[in-house]
Amino acid sequence: MSKARSAPLRTALIHLALIAYTVVALFPVFLTLVNSFKSRNAIFREPMALPTPSSFSLVGYETVLQQGDFIGYFQNSLIVTVASIALVLLFGAMAAFALSEYRFRGNTLLGLYLALGIMIPIRLGTVAILQGMVAAGLVNTLTSLILVYTAQGLPLAIFILSEFMRTVSDDLKNAGRIDGLSEYSIFFRLVLPLVRPAMATVAVFTMIPIWNDLWFPLILAPGESTKTVTLGAQMFIGQFVTNWNAVLSALSLAILPVMVLYVIFSRQLIRGITSGAVK
Amino acid sequence: MSDTEIADIEAAPIRRSTRWHIAVFLAPAFLVYTAVMILPLIETLRLSLFNMVEGQLAFVGLGNFKVLFSDPRLSADFWNALGNNVIFFIIHMLVQNPVGIAIAAMLSLPGLRFAAFYRSAIFVPTLLSFVIVGFIWKLILSPIWGIAPGLMDLVGLKSFFAPWLGKPDTALITVSLISVWQYVGIPMMLIYAALLNIPDEVLEAAECDGITGWSQFWKIKLPLILPSIGIVSVLTFVGNFNAFDLIYTVQGALAGPNGSTDILGTLLYRTFFGFQNQMGDRSMGATIAAVMFLIILAGVSLYLFVIQRRMRRYQF
Repeated sequence: MSKARSAPLRTALIHLALIAYTVVALFPVFLTLVNSFKSRNAIFREPMALPTPSSFSLVGYETVLQQGDFIGYFQNSLIVTVASIALVLLFGAMAAFALSEYRFRGNTLLGLYLALGIMIPIRLGTVAILQGMVAAGLVNTLTSLILVYTAQGLPLAIFILSEFMRTVSDDLKNAGRIDGLSEYSIFFRLVLPLVRPAMATVAVFTMIPIWNDLWFPLILAPGESTKTVTLGAQMFIGQFVTNWNAVLSALSLAILPVMVLYVIFSRQLIRGITSGAVK
Repeated sequence: MSDTEIADIEAAPIRRSTRWHIAVFLAPAFLVYTAVMILPLIETLRLSLFNMVEGQLAFVGLGNFKVLFSDPRLSADFWNALGNNVIFFIIHMLVQNPVGIAIAAMLSLPGLRFAAFYRSAIFVPTLLSFVIVGFIWKLILSPIWGIAPGLMDLVGLKSFFAPWLGKPDTALITVSLISVWQYVGIPMMLIYAALLNIPDEVLEAAECDGITGWSQFWKIKLPLILPSIGIVSVLTFVGNFNAFDLIYTVQGALAGPNGSTDILGTLLYRTFFGFQNQMGDRSMGATIAAVMFLIILAGVSLYLFVIQRRMRRYQF
């Protein structure tokens, strides 16, 4: 039926439009990656050309690895992102389970309270967050970032996951109860595996703003030993404005990990969105 | 899953005297969220009512707000940032969301080949950090490197090229469009999901009535995805009114040229931390954060209590 409906001309036009936008979306990324592998002269003379044997050069990457402590920044970003995602998923799923599974006094109110943070950005509390972190001696530690990002990610995670958990069959859980499983094992062994697509959705939506955030690293952890990749790349650009090889290589390195994580999660992402609460 | 009718008959879980596990499940999320997000928000709102008086932190009531709106330099900065922020938001609503909806509508057509590829590719900019986006667009639009003038030369439009980021009257629009480029993936994904959720029977019924193609989108699909468009608009609003990073990476904390790209986020940063020869001011920072809070709260409430209530929802 769908074949009969789509005239070839219309399909062609749609492909044309989508290809055009895909080019717009990918062109800057392509430009960064391609030019990071070229010599300085080639970058300026032929910015659009692919690296050829004569213009190929890794000098940018060498500068990056010698100058900034990029390996360290990567490590910091990875620790912060992975730890925050893990905490958001664990704490978020636990709270979502409690809200969707049990009836208790204050359930709705608590749900609303926890959902507030979806609409109110945590950034507005920065003044007091900084004060609190200073008082707790957590400034310039990765812990401060992990705490902030966990709090930031929880509201949406709880919202999405609790909608999902409502769809898990009650029969299954009750069968577990009859078999003598504790509430904890019902949660960890029966429910969690079933909501995996939703967890992937939450993981992607949590990961992107954390990995890319500049505000909190700039304010809470600007020290050399706690810099994240995003902040490190920003500082690096400031120092090496004229060394385009180095800057483009630094940017390419910063693109890489987020792409890898996206590829890992993306297959579950759309399934998670379509069957979930974000509709 | 299809167990809903069984679930309805099912009684609530058996009551026990104290169900400690509920508290255990809720406690970690509740504690972190309250301690790191809610209390600091309240504390920031409270701080906006205090200021240094003779070296002591003292309660000044709405004094800070009075200063913010009457001090010639501060109030000029504030109104400039607010105005720019409104333009920033309008450009997102006029460009980002319609483009996102259009792409989603095309992607969701049945039998379209390579749909998964297009979807992933168009989502890529959303994954990138502001640092990357800011710098690469600065390079592309730079008159020195010549990518943009070169490309425009190909289509014979070279004479229209200008250093858009450097001119006060075009800088804000340019930065907004860069932000649109980066975030088109979000409306695309959410609207795409909503479109996929429209049952086939509805569309088949429409076809039987001879409603296809273009008019099917306007008459059938669009009304059905209105709630999603509402959510996308609110997310855009909240995101735009606390945006900071892109402006900071493209134009610096001063949001140049000449403050023409200054929005509330950059103003908050400069006021709170100080920049160059301006001293940081915690109370004034808290005051601006409080004003941003009220603006966002007003927008979200308008949506929740006025727009969303009037919106028709369809159950399938």
